[in-house]
Amino acid sequence: MPMAAKEIEMLIKEAIPDSEIHIEDLRGDGDHYLAHVTSRAFKGKTRVQQHQMVYDALQGRMGEELHALALQTKVRDTD
Amino acid sequence: MADNLITERIKNEINLNEVMLFMKGTPVFPQCGFSAAVVQILNHMGVKYGSSDVLADPEIRQGIKDFSNWPTVPQLYVKGEFVGGADILREMFEDGELEGFFDKAGIVREINS
Repeated sequence: MPMAAKEIEMLIKEAIPDSEIHIEDLRGDGDHYLAHVTSRAFKGKTRVQQHQMVYDALQGRMGEELHALALQTKVRDTD
Repeated sequence: MADNLITERIKNEINLNEVMLFMKGTPVFPQCGFSAAVVQILNHMGVKYGSSDVLADPEIRQGIKDFSNWPTVPQLYVKGEFVGGADILREMFEDGELEGFFDKAGIVREINS
């Protein structure tokens, strides 16, 4: 059963509290999302590390329940 | 096959190929949109690369995810370093970073005429 956008957002927020998250349902099928995640916690981290932080937040669902979640991470430097 | 044997096989492929793509399907017949996207980018860059079809090799399919602590395929390695999956490759390509990245890594690019 694909994941709801709200659940994805909640999991990311839980693990990365200051994150701003915007999730697009690319195909409207609840199975192909694009998540924009902005956080100060990404500062100084490579793209791979930033994405790994988001995948870790999803606690193993990525690639399993969640087939396709494209990620765009950004460092937030303003308050 | 024991985990370390799988890890050895992965390391071997990564060391043998300066640019190594673990994907679903083959460059000629990609079996997944994300894998196809990375193949397109690499072909456009004109770099030579090795590839491994994880659909034909279930042990590598799981092993590569553990190896890089990255939950999905495709996965691209350049000079032994994990670069990313489809998102990161597409972002680097769109940001015009990829040419410089390959040049810096000493990877020959055949400029398509």
